[in-house]
Amino acid sequence: MSMVLNEEQRLLKDTIDDFLSTNAPTDQLRRLRDTHDDKGYSIILWNQLTELGVPSILMPKEFGGFGFGFKGLGAVMQSMGRNLTASPLFSTVVLGASAIELGGTASQQQALLPTIAAGQLTLALAIDETHHHQPINTAVRLKERNGQLTITGEKVFVLDGHSADKLVVVVRSSGNPGDTKGLSLVLVDSNAAGLQTNRIQYMDGRNAANIIFNNVRVKQDQVIGELGGAHTIVQHVLDRGVIAISAEMLGGCQEVFDRTLQYLREREQFGVKIGTFQALQHRAAQMFCQLERSKSAVLSALSSLDKNSPDISLQASLAKTLINDCYQHVSNEAIQMHGGMGITDELDIGLFLKRARVSLQILGDSDYHKNRYAQLMGY
Amino acid sequence: METTEQFRLDIRNWLIANCPESQRQPIIKDQQIWAGRRRTFYCEDAKLWFERMRDQGWTAPSWPTQYGGGGMSLEQAKILDQEMKALGCRPALYDIGLWMFGPALLEYGTEEQKQEHIPKIVRGEIRWAQGYSEPSAGSDLASLKTRAEDKGKHFIVNGTKMWTTQGDKSDWIFCLVRTDHQAPKQQGISFLLIDMATEGVDARPMELINGDHEFCQTFFDDVKVPKNNLVGNINEGWSVAKALLKYERNMMSIMSSIVEKEEGDIIAIAKRYVGLDSNGKLSNNGLRAQLSEHLMRAQGDALSALRLYQQHKSGVIDGGLGLTMKYLSTSEQQHKDELLLAIMGNRGLSWHDQTFSISEKKTVKNWAYNKAHTIAGGTSEIQLNIIANKALQLPV
Repeated sequence: MSMVLNEEQRLLKDTIDDFLSTNAPTDQLRRLRDTHDDKGYSIILWNQLTELGVPSILMPKEFGGFGFGFKGLGAVMQSMGRNLTASPLFSTVVLGASAIELGGTASQQQALLPTIAAGQLTLALAIDETHHHQPINTAVRLKERNGQLTITGEKVFVLDGHSADKLVVVVRSSGNPGDTKGLSLVLVDSNAAGLQTNRIQYMDGRNAANIIFNNVRVKQDQVIGELGGAHTIVQHVLDRGVIAISAEMLGGCQEVFDRTLQYLREREQFGVKIGTFQALQHRAAQMFCQLERSKSAVLSALSSLDKNSPDISLQASLAKTLINDCYQHVSNEAIQMHGGMGITDELDIGLFLKRARVSLQILGDSDYHKNRYAQLMGY
Repeated sequence: METTEQFRLDIRNWLIANCPESQRQPIIKDQQIWAGRRRTFYCEDAKLWFERMRDQGWTAPSWPTQYGGGGMSLEQAKILDQEMKALGCRPALYDIGLWMFGPALLEYGTEEQKQEHIPKIVRGEIRWAQGYSEPSAGSDLASLKTRAEDKGKHFIVNGTKMWTTQGDKSDWIFCLVRTDHQAPKQQGISFLLIDMATEGVDARPMELINGDHEFCQTFFDDVKVPKNNLVGNINEGWSVAKALLKYERNMMSIMSSIVEKEEGDIIAIAKRYVGLDSNGKLSNNGLRAQLSEHLMRAQGDALSALRLYQQHKSGVIDGGLGLTMKYLSTSEQQHKDELLLAIMGNRGLSWHDQTFSISEKKTVKNWAYNKAHTIAGGTSEIQLNIIANKALQLPV
């Protein structure tokens, strides 16, 4: 399958680009940040996006979805990256709904997916337990006593965990940290008894939560997939997430690069445009090369999800590593090339710098993915 | 109309039936079949394989049949290429004429020139060399000084060309020569074909930092060249040369696909020289991370090549992707070479002593040789200039 968008996907991309640049420019993020908005995203915007069908973009047609596929999702994520749009799309649809779609029973799917597609339910994936992403090391236990399942422990840095209606929690029902066997997925209401949520606001204005589970009761029908056998589902959900966040980063990286180029074309010093200086031209050209290479990896990874290729995990780690390093580099250069103005909050450049750093950590930094790539390649 | 799948199947069956087993092994430099009057075959199988491919016109699959080519569409030629790669078939013929000069001549040559030169290229009878750079005209190629004086029926050529690849083994050379000294630099240049057997042509090999003598400095001393060896109009050679550049990029990708056969091996080499720990990881964490970084960048570049192909096929070309490829792939080759040396440690420090294996020597020699990649065919700095101005529209 091609890395080039087809007619239908291009139309979707144009629609979303238009819509977001009008309705969710960076001003909106500033307002959410500065007012410490409860949700951290605009409900009005999410409702509008729902009307446009965005939450159904991946969903199978039988649950009210559009089936635009991952390349369609990639176009939306890129647009959100360009506009620094905060929305529940990533946590709720890419991570949460994927877990239900891939691991849920028919009745779980019937009960939840159409509600998500209608924008009525938000989810968050509670997976990390330390400040580094290391899913296999999950230690929080799902215990069973007299037929009653309970969770005790703490999940940290749960993206959008402060506002989600339900949590998809990765827990260990058997085995030890490091084992692939023994992982389970459970669905927990965010207002369940014994659950304590502490909101974290990141520097980019987005939110997460540390969540303490104190004997939280879980019924059988809250378990997604087989008890102790969720590793494959978790992997697949994470691969989708890694690739989707890479697409968002690609959009953000392209936007901050474009803004920097525009500045190089306009800003004058020593009586000439600073873009005429070869020292800056070469650095800009090198950024462009790195960006195009990363773009190929991200587009190919999106396409590998649509094809359900056997090498999705490899492509996910490839895409995330390349775009991590690229966005980090380009956002640093963007600040430097904007000179003194680059370090003021008045310009948006700093917003991209901060979003880059936060998204760098989401579902694994470059070290994590280089290591995973090496494992998958067998060395 | 034959379906694509049937075509692919026919090609595959033909290759299986006609490509000798010995010609389905990864290619070794010494066993490449280069075109030319002095063409040699290291074994009977190589000769057989070359002749079979030649007789189909598949040495130049997409060239018109009237000049001996295969007459395939670009799509079909790509299928042939894919099937050859899948079966591990060696390229049947190596020649700059085949990769660069031929396509440009098909575009710019007169009918008479095409009739004379193209069939000989397809059949591997003539080996072509390129005469562009000069001792004082490198990146600033248009400042070249080799001159051709109009003597009525012929030109008289005087001057010297640098970096003539295998100049001493080549038969003909396509040259950029100055035909008007008054005109602004690029406008006084013409594109001229010269038979290297002509009196006054002397190609002298130069020793490189890896001990090889692949390149010559070629001297022209009152060389008489017939007027009908001019390609394109007089003083308009620069546009022919520019057209040829795009084929040079194709050549680079052909050359890199030849190298591809060894690509996967860096993992095996790393395992052998560095060793694995009890978890099956490379024992050296730093080298392990560097290996991932290299493989990922290289895989990204391979995906860019695929994306570029898909863009051309679908007609949706966005921006300057193609302009990035030379800069990226040549730098990455050098990263890889440096990594190989790091992996080999002290075993990657010589090509002289018998302490070192043949492949070790080859790796080290390549490391030195590949320093040329970021210089030849437009230095990396020139590539960045082009990207900044063409793709990024930064002001000049």
